[in-house]
Amino acid sequence: MSDTLSESAGQRDDAPATAVDAMIVARGLRKSFRQSSGASFEAVRGIDLEVRKGESFGFLGPNGAGKSSTMRMIAAVSPVTEGELRILGMDPAVDGPAIRGRLGVCPQEDNLDQELNVFDNLYIYGRYFGLPKQVVRDRVGELLEFAKLTEKAKSRVEELSGGMKRRLTIARSLVNRPDLLLLDEPTTGLDPQARHLLWDQLFRLKQAGVTLVLTTHYMDEAEQLCDRLVVMDKGVIVAEGAPLELIRAHSTREVAELRFGVGEHGDHAEALADLGERVEVLPDRLLVYTDDGEEVLAKTHERGLQPLATLVRRSSLEDVFLRLTGRTLVD
Amino acid sequence: MAALTLSASRDLPFIEGVRRQVDYWAVLWARTWRGVVVSSFLSPFLYVLAMGVLLGGFVDADPDVMEGATSYLAFVVPGLIAAHAMQTAVSETTYPVMGMIKWQRIYESMLATPLGPRHVVGAHLMSVALHLAATCGLYALVMAPFGIYESWWGPFLAFGSQVLCGMTFATLVYAFSTRLRSEEGFGVLFRLGVFPLFLFSGAFFPVSNLGDVGGSVARLTPLWHGVNLSRMFALDNVTWWLAGVNVVVLVALMLLGWRLAVSGLTKRMLS
Repeated sequence: MSDTLSESAGQRDDAPATAVDAMIVARGLRKSFRQSSGASFEAVRGIDLEVRKGESFGFLGPNGAGKSSTMRMIAAVSPVTEGELRILGMDPAVDGPAIRGRLGVCPQEDNLDQELNVFDNLYIYGRYFGLPKQVVRDRVGELLEFAKLTEKAKSRVEELSGGMKRRLTIARSLVNRPDLLLLDEPTTGLDPQARHLLWDQLFRLKQAGVTLVLTTHYMDEAEQLCDRLVVMDKGVIVAEGAPLELIRAHSTREVAELRFGVGEHGDHAEALADLGERVEVLPDRLLVYTDDGEEVLAKTHERGLQPLATLVRRSSLEDVFLRLTGRTLVD
Repeated sequence: MAALTLSASRDLPFIEGVRRQVDYWAVLWARTWRGVVVSSFLSPFLYVLAMGVLLGGFVDADPDVMEGATSYLAFVVPGLIAAHAMQTAVSETTYPVMGMIKWQRIYESMLATPLGPRHVVGAHLMSVALHLAATCGLYALVMAPFGIYESWWGPFLAFGSQVLCGMTFATLVYAFSTRLRSEEGFGVLFRLGVFPLFLFSGAFFPVSNLGDVGGSVARLTPLWHGVNLSRMFALDNVTWWLAGVNVVVLVALMLLGWRLAVSGLTKRMLS
């Protein structure tokens, strides 16, 4: 497997001499769809970004932010409406097949062939890339090991758990030893244990130098996996940077979460406004942004307020998103 | 960078794209061929038994009325095979195509690779062609001992006509399926398209029985062209200019269906 991973980093013999350090370059990228009513809907409204070789890059944002539309354009399966896009130095409008031949794609919903067994799913997919039969067979063995599915090789896909299917989809996306791996919401719908196992595997790929691009609406996932990310909202990029940079730039060190009775949060927000840099009112809690959360709790009690529950935590990307858009990530 | 762009293949050659999917369709065939053979054989066999032998036993018409057939069995079998080719093609290009687009989403996974819509449509339709060849071939073999065929070459040309007829429906219905959002449209296709065509396109009786207007309408349907061609060859009663018209119509419609199928899948999957 180590061979598979290291070669995935674009060090193949047939790699072009002109090393393309910028795996993805987008300038003023836009995507519009014509709706059934005839009206046009703009899902991506002019974004600029650059993803470098070996980087792990994330698109963070709520549903409908334009992440998946952007990913489809990068995957060379959705034409660019306006702007410039270069994937591995190539134009997807002209060189779509060549680009797709060097990408690994793990879609949001598993699209494995339910009627085939685990081995055949990998083998047949490898054949779509024009790989010789024996080469694919060898790789399938390695990938089954990587995905911890060797014992399930002859099982039908429909017999697998959700986590196993996800691992198989990711293994399948590696069969052509891609230079760039695209993962759309890789752990959505998985239980915590399955998520952690998957994160571990993605981390191993990252360590092996594979360029990862992923979308997520889980801030912990973005913090775990991404070297750098963009926060998207309503089709535009609202912030860009490393997770910690973004947190430092757009939030405080700590957050005090205070839960009061139903409907009381708005009333208490004013009384507590001076305790932190700012206060956010959510339907189920108050968030006080501060550098010392414990002090906020102590002063809240001093003022005679008795929250039903309290929590002091470090700021996260969720807070960054709330600050930038006024909304939570998971609606 | 220029070298990279120039050296990259702009689009995969058609044959190469189809060849890369051979393993996929072979695996599917390995799993389903027994069912295909049984259903391909059973359904037409029952039709021939019921319509050709049992019902046909009551039909004692002049060969001139039955387009040259010396028995009703000889009349009905070539038409039935062509009609069965249509049904096989429709069943292979309705639910299976929609399933691959939106239920199992196999096409999505295929199109994430260097394969393009024309390769995907091409491989799927080649599988349909293989199914049609197996079905029509088997049918012809079973019917051979009944003395239906009037020449040694007739069955071969009739077989080609039946497969062509099936493929015409396959491309057209494939194109329809790519544009359909929900499977309810298939019900309409079966009730208002396939079923009336099956009954009134000349498989069971000469379309001249439908009167001037009815007969003319029936002659406009693609199935009639397939039935007519199949029957003319099987009965060695060929009017060559008419055979030419039949072939041209079927080929033209098949090519139209092919274009619409590829454009339909492209719009649906690569928007």
